Amino acid sequence: MNTEVLKGGFGNAPVDAAYAFRAAMKAMACPGTVEVLQGAQPPAPVSVAAGTLLLTLCDPDTPLHLAGDFDCEDVRAWVSFHIGAPVVAAEVSMFALGSWEALAPLSRFAIGTPEYPDRSATLIVEQEVLAQDGMALRGPGIKDSVTMALPETGAFQMNAMLFPLGLDFFFTSGDQVSALPRTTKVEVA
Amino acid sequence: MSDYNFAYLDEQTKRMIRRAILKGLAIPGYQVPFASREMPMPYGWGTGGVQVSAATLTPADTLKVIDQGADDTTNAVSIRKFFEKTAGVATTEETGAASIIQTRHRIPEEDLREDQILVYQVPIPEPLRFLEPSEIETRKMHSLEEYGLMHVKLYEDIAKHGAIATSYAYPVKVEGRYVMDPSPIPKFDNPKMEMAAIQLFGAGREQRIYALPPYCKVVSLDFEDFPFEASKADHACDMCGATDSYLDEVIMDDSGGRMFVCSDTDYCTGRRQAGHMGAQAAAASAALEETAV
Repeated sequence: MNTEVLKGGFGNAPVDAAYAFRAAMKAMACPGTVEVLQGAQPPAPVSVAAGTLLLTLCDPDTPLHLAGDFDCEDVRAWVSFHIGAPVVAAEVSMFALGSWEALAPLSRFAIGTPEYPDRSATLIVEQEVLAQDGMALRGPGIKDSVTMALPETGAFQMNAMLFPLGLDFFFTSGDQVSALPRTTKVEVA
Repeated sequence: MSDYNFAYLDEQTKRMIRRAILKGLAIPGYQVPFASREMPMPYGWGTGGVQVSAATLTPADTLKVIDQGADDTTNAVSIRKFFEKTAGVATTEETGAASIIQTRHRIPEEDLREDQILVYQVPIPEPLRFLEPSEIETRKMHSLEEYGLMHVKLYEDIAKHGAIATSYAYPVKVEGRYVMDPSPIPKFDNPKMEMAAIQLFGAGREQRIYALPPYCKVVSLDFEDFPFEASKADHACDMCGATDSYLDEVIMDDSGGRMFVCSDTDYCTGRRQAGHMGAQAAAASAALEETAV
């Protein structure tokens, strides 16, 4: 048995998860801000921040999609032991983890229904870096406007037009996280 | 250390609540269903707010709990003690010193900051519930953005009373989309909802969570010829002399004696410590001085 898989969970789950959630909530409430997210030591290629998000938000109730390189033996075993989320196809997932390229096309994911717009997927997008320049963001949680580097513009503009339906995104890199909910209007700065 | 898991709830429950909070922040004003748990206090005592607070607290937080603006009422004291015991967090009565404020029916007078979180206790989260009892229907009305009935209700207020008589739980529209119940805060507090802090709403019995991110557009419903007005008792606080705070009317005796005091106890105390004095406080201290002489 590969005992590496048993490592990398929270040391003190209630407290680590509490701090992690607050960072994730701050990121989602204030799009464009970068928060530090630590606690997990997931196997490669999953970043510390993405692994911590999974430990904080996912459990056997949340079908998870692993896209591209992230769908490997090590990650599946780690998710299975620490989280217990069923690994599923994109169409039926509540959470998805992968690179921007691997998560495409986004039309595969659930965007909620008019009566229940909350029944939509949350995508965790792994990036090389989280840079705070590039696109201009406006919307709830942003005082005037902020800038943030995004993998592309069109997809997020399309997503915002679906409001109140749509996808919500976390971006992770190393131990950093930022977020982009469906309400944020993205423009080329 | 206590025998409870940190902040009372088990981890799976907290994850479920946390997911609902995140979806609530992503869809401001929309009521996210959640599997509300039984809490060791009766419904109507803030079980929704308590669950949201429990899922949001960290050991580094300082918690303030207010009930109708007061830190020292039964509901506030018992919830504060609950979290002192089950989460071991620091508590305070000072608005400025708190990182999380759980509130029943008021927004503090002092402006909140970006690093603060306001958690509301909500009895009936559905603003259309008293107009349409069926959940299936109200859910459809929200999905179709069919809010005519609410305007008819406000219009009937005007037809009957000459003005919009709704004085608390005054409906708001969030980001031009969802009509939301701001919980039974006085309409005086409605304009404060466009604030820098994160606002979370928990309804335990009704099993709904909703949220407002900072700087979210929150507009009180009204008509061009009957604009919304944030009203309060036309008086100054008799204790601290404040003219800008929401006031409670307190009956003092059987012969019509009354006084108006700030409902926000921390705001009133702070002003009095800074040397401000209202009419009745001044009269009482003058009388006290006379007897001393």
